Parts: sequence; structure tokens; C-alpha cells
Amino acid sequence: MIHRECGVLKTTYEADMALYPLPIARWTVAALAVLFLLVLPFSVHEYYLSIVNLVAIAVVGALGLNILVGYTGQISIGHGAFMSVGAYTAANFAVRLGAPFWLALPLGGVMAAIIGAIVGIPSLRIKGLYLAIATLAGQLIIEWTINHVTWISGGVQASIEMPRPSFLGLTIASQREMYFFLMFFVVAALVGTLNLMRSRIGRAFIAIRDHDIAAEIIGINIFRYKLLAFAISSFYAGVTGVLYTYYLGIANYEQFQITVSIDYLAMIIIGGLGSVLGSVFGAIFVTLLPIAIRYAMEALGGLVFSQASVLNIIPNLRLILFGALIIFFLVVEPEGLNRLWRNIRNYFRVWPFAY
Amino acid sequence: MRRSFPRLIGAAVAVWTTLASVASATASHEIVMGFLCDRTGATQTVGVNMCPGAQDYVRLVNAKGGVEGHKIRLIEIDHEYKVPPAVEAYERYKKEGAVVIAVYGTPIVYALTQRLTEDRIPGTTPGFGRGDATDGTRYPYIFPIAATYWSQGAAAVDFARKQLGGLKGKKIAYIFYDNPAGREPIPVIEDLSAQEGFQLKTFAVPPPGVEMGAQVLDIAQRYHADFVIAHLFGRSPSVSIKEFKRVGYPLRKVVSFVWGSAEADVEAAGGWSAAEGYHVMQFAGVGTDYPVLNEIREMYKKEGKPAPKEMASTVYYNRGVVWAAVQVEAVRNALKAKPDGRITGEDVKKGFEKIASFTLGGLVPPLKITPNDHEGGGLVQIYQVKGGQFAKVTDWFSAYNDVVGKHIKAASAKK
Repeated sequence: MIHRECGVLKTTYEADMALYPLPIARWTVAALAVLFLLVLPFSVHEYYLSIVNLVAIAVVGALGLNILVGYTGQISIGHGAFMSVGAYTAANFAVRLGAPFWLALPLGGVMAAIIGAIVGIPSLRIKGLYLAIATLAGQLIIEWTINHVTWISGGVQASIEMPRPSFLGLTIASQREMYFFLMFFVVAALVGTLNLMRSRIGRAFIAIRDHDIAAEIIGINIFRYKLLAFAISSFYAGVTGVLYTYYLGIANYEQFQITVSIDYLAMIIIGGLGSVLGSVFGAIFVTLLPIAIRYAMEALGGLVFSQASVLNIIPNLRLILFGALIIFFLVVEPEGLNRLWRNIRNYFRVWPFAY
Repeated sequence: MRRSFPRLIGAAVAVWTTLASVASATASHEIVMGFLCDRTGATQTVGVNMCPGAQDYVRLVNAKGGVEGHKIRLIEIDHEYKVPPAVEAYERYKKEGAVVIAVYGTPIVYALTQRLTEDRIPGTTPGFGRGDATDGTRYPYIFPIAATYWSQGAAAVDFARKQLGGLKGKKIAYIFYDNPAGREPIPVIEDLSAQEGFQLKTFAVPPPGVEMGAQVLDIAQRYHADFVIAHLFGRSPSVSIKEFKRVGYPLRKVVSFVWGSAEADVEAAGGWSAAEGYHVMQFAGVGTDYPVLNEIREMYKKEGKPAPKEMASTVYYNRGVVWAAVQVEAVRNALKAKPDGRITGEDVKKGFEKIASFTLGGLVPPLKITPNDHEGGGLVQIYQVKGGQFAKVTDWFSAYNDVVGKHIKAASAKK
């Protein structure tokens, strides 16, 4: 946000360490909260809320992956599989034992955290592309297991129908109800990540990312913190999987394949590695851009092409444009949308008296 | 000039009001039909030929004056075979007031089942799975409208029985793409193996399904299968044809499920002469000689355009036509009950359940959809690669309905 920080004096350590030390930042956050919790859900058609819901689910997943890749510097191509671990754990608890969502959801997250930490063990010895391949193996093994072990997957079709979540006797089914349900977890994930990164654990993650040998020398237990990063990140992924399952009403094996892992990596790379706001930008970008391109093509495509070929051209051109825009934004600002936003903000901070 | 201008406006208003009153008197109401498609994703080779078939059929219906005087607006949205875009597309269809939605893709069928049921919008899923969705009492708004994998499995076993002259003591190999859809028919085929007394061995082909030399060699030279049932997707059917050819296994002893049975598969396997003898299963008529296809060609001719190149891929194109035609027929039944055109998804659901003896000149199987049976009988045809084309071997048939019915009942009871 565009903040002017002059004239803000702090007299206590608490004030200095607050999440939003500037009054104007607090006002901005309050305004956003009002917009997203009071204005938006009651002013637009459910269709638009369904898009916001998809973005909301992606935000939680992207935040989790960013903790691992952006903040700790460990790569993972297994997040799609961690989501499926969360999804199937929650689905099994919800269907077999009738667990309510406030129990099934954290259980799914914890199970994903455990599996994620196990898959993360190779990170203690290998880095970079080698680690990517190791986590890829994790993705494939988990996919195979869910696909073949019917005790987990609930039958040869590998899908478990999930009851709608209910809270205080209210069943959350419509897109508007689902919006509030998801928003709660988005806020929790955002606040959780922001605070995690200000804590001792977050600092340790960043130290490992910047130079792991140096981090070890200053006394950071690499073994513990790398696995912790995998566990926390996978917890987020697991929760994303559970949210997705509640949103769709089914846990299905084909919803968590490797392309999902790649999509989430794309989100955080486009949004900006190692930033909370970047994860949000990335999730919005990757989810909304194809939709926006399609609308633009539908409106304008008929002017250039014949109606029959538009149908063939729209989806293909959408893929091309999507790819081109990713390249464009990354060339303009290799550090992602978050950095782009900060550049714009810094420009206007001193505007019109730039020096 | 200045004086005539208000008069002009007056005339325009008069014309507009009379037109509006005429329009409201005939009450032509636009029927919105959603059509999910995949022209760019994992099943792109199917979508590029199937979706134009649906588009052309709806265009033909509109050109002939619509359904019971109401025009149809078909909204096609490409979802790249991914779930989130499909969910977004579904919500858009809902916003536009769609009364029926074609749900393309197995993962998407699963992802949308609950929403379709809650919103009471019928979704059609021909060939995309959910054997258990045949039970209309369990899934009131899901309509497979074509043979499910369970029915296909039963039909394949029956075909093998006829080809071999009895199954007692025979060896059947089932080679499948190792995913849930690939494994779906196994319980049915296993039951049939116990009932008919044949030996069954399954051979899984792991994704992405382009490497199956070992499995085929096993089938041909170690297991010595008497007949092979193949259930493969994407690139793998053509690979399987090549491999069977390579090890010298006669292709006339192979029958493929519906997604390994198009012209493209044969061509990718090395052409028609290489695949001579290969049997394929179809849930829509194959070939170009159907009255409705002639009408579509006629429509293009009238517009001064050549027939679309997609029509050459008759297997997928015809399936697109059949898919749209069954949906239009359900809408027609709904409109007959409510001629003002203000129909809802519930009306169309009832319209589906009235479909009987609608064959479109042999292109559509003689479906009989009832509130209990949303599959419509599970009918298939078998064709064989013969002399550069698909030659019909059997007419529409279904088999072992009791065994398939038992599995449907068990699946509904479980949940």
C-alpha cells in the first residue's frame, strides 16, 4: 500500500514490532477487511464469488509453497500430492467417523505435514534440481499409493464423496456461504505466514535460504528447520486439499496430479518468491488471467475470426497469451508481481517530487 | 428535415412496440445449454473433433427453427481438462440460466456431481465414467446417456464369448491404463470370469501409457491369451496396436473400449492396413452415411462453405452430434410439457427420462432412459478395421445386464 511513514514515533518495543506499525497500514487493512467481508459478498452475483473462492483456495496453497520455496529455498514439485494427502485424510475421517470439518481439516493438514516432512528428508543432503527430482518421486509415490490402495481411496474409482461442512447447524453449500468459510482460512493463513516469518522460525528459514552453511555456523539446526519448513508448507498444502475437497464435495485422485504442483510453482514464481503479498498476487494472476483472456477473446474474437474458428482459436490463443504474459511480467520484473507492485509504490511515495 | 425527425422517432417507436408485442405473443424463449470442452488439454485430440460435432448439430437445429420454436444458445467453454476452470465455467452456465450441461472429462464429472445435484441442473457424461451414476435414484441429475465402463466391460466379454464360441476355460487378458477409469470395469469382468468360467489376467499400463512392450509380450507369448480386452486412453491405444502387431498377435482377437477406437488411433498406429482386424467399441454410429450428417453438410453448402474437416474424424464428430442430439431431445421433451419455453433443469431432467426410441437415423443407439436407468440401456456397437475403414460387426447390443445391475445396486447401497 502507499504509506507515508514520516512523523510516526514509537515509544515501546511492542509498537515497533507490531504487524502493521503504521497507522495508515492498519487503516488499509481495515478497509480491505470491510471490502472483502462486508461489501463484496453482498454486492456481487454468486458467479463472481465462485471465482473468488477458487482464488482463495489457491492463495492458501501458494502461501504454503512460498514458505518452502520462497522463504526456505527448498524446492518441491510434490505439493499436489501433499494436497491429496490432506484431502483423502479429511475425507476418510469425515465419511468413516463422521468428523466435523473443524476436526477433519486440521487432521488432514497434520497428516500432510507428516508425509511432507518424510518426503523432505532428502533435502538434508541435496539441493536445487536434485531436490526437485526427489520431491517429484514423492509426488509419484503418493499418487500411486492413493490410486492403488483402496483402503485410502475408497474404492477403485479413487474418489470419496464429502459431506458439506456444517457449522453451528448451518450447512455451508452455496457459493456465498462457501466464500465466508474459505475467507476464514485465507485470513488465518495470511496472518499465520506473516507472523511466522517475523518469528525465530521464520528468520531461521530465511537464513537457511540465504546461505545454509553460514546458518549452521551461527547455530541454526539445519536438520530441524528444513524438515520444519517441509512440514509447515505441507500443512498448508494439506489444508488447501481439504478446502478444495469441501468446496467440490469430493476427494478425487485426478484433482491433485503433477500439473497442480506445477501450477502452484508458477503462481509463486510469477507472484514473487519469498513474499506473502506475492503469493496472493500469483494466485490471483494464475486463476484469473485465463478467465479474463477468455472474456476478452469472446468479446473481440468475432471481429477478427469467423464464429466457428473462434471456438477453436479461443482456447489455444488463451494458452499462448497466458504463456506470453508470464514471460512478459517476468522479463519486466524477474522478482515477480510483488516487486513490480513495490516499484510502483516507491515511485508514488515521493511523487511528484521524485529526486 | 428538422420536422421529419420526431416523426421518424415516432414511427420507430411504433414499429418497435409492435415488434415487441409480436415477439411476446410468440414467446420465443432462448434455451441455454452449457457445453464443457477440452480442445487444448490432455484429451485435446478428442475435443477438437467432438465439440464441433455438437456445435454443428445445435446450429442445424437452430437453422431449422429451433426446438419447438425456441432457439438454443450453446455456450462452449474450454477447461483444458482442469478442474478449477471447469468449476468457473459451471458457475457461469448457472448464471446464464443453463438448463442442461455437457460435462466433459472424468475428473470434472466427479468435481461437479454435487453441485449439479444441489442446483438441479442435469449433466450429461457420455463415456466419461461413473458407472454408479446409472442409478438415477442415487444420482438424479447425472446422465451417462451412453454405455458406462461397466456396461462396456460386460459387452466386451460377451463379444469375446461370441468370437470364441464359448468362454469356458478360455484365457482373457484385460490390458488397461492404470488410473481409476481404467480399473473401473475390473470388478464386473472378474464377476463374469467366475460366472462364465474363463481365466482372467489384468495387465496395467502405467501413465503416460506409451510404454507397454512388456505387457503385450506377456499377453501374447507367456499368457497366450485367447482374447484381449483393451481399455486405453490418449496415445496408448495406437501404441498397443503397434505392439500387438510387433509380437505377431492377431488384432482380430483384440477389442478396444470406446476411447481407443477412433480413426486417429488407427492412423497413429501406422495406418489402416497395419491395424487390419482390430475391433473397436462405439457408443455412437460411425461413418458418414447418416441423414443428420447429410443435413449438416447441406447446411454448410447453403452457406457456401465446405463441410468442416472435423467431419472426417467420424468417430468423435458423430459422438459430438449424438451428445448434443440427446440433450436437445431432452429439451424438446421438456418443452412439449411447457411450451412457453420457461423450462428449468428439473423439466429437462424429466425430459431425459422420457427419451425412448430416439435414434436419429441409426446414429444414436435406441436409448431408453428411465428415472432408474440414466444410462439408457448401455448399448454399444462393435466395428472392425477392414479394408481401410471401420466395418460394422454387430448391431446395438448390451450384455450381462444382471451382473452390471448388481454392481450398480451395490454401489448405491454403499453410499
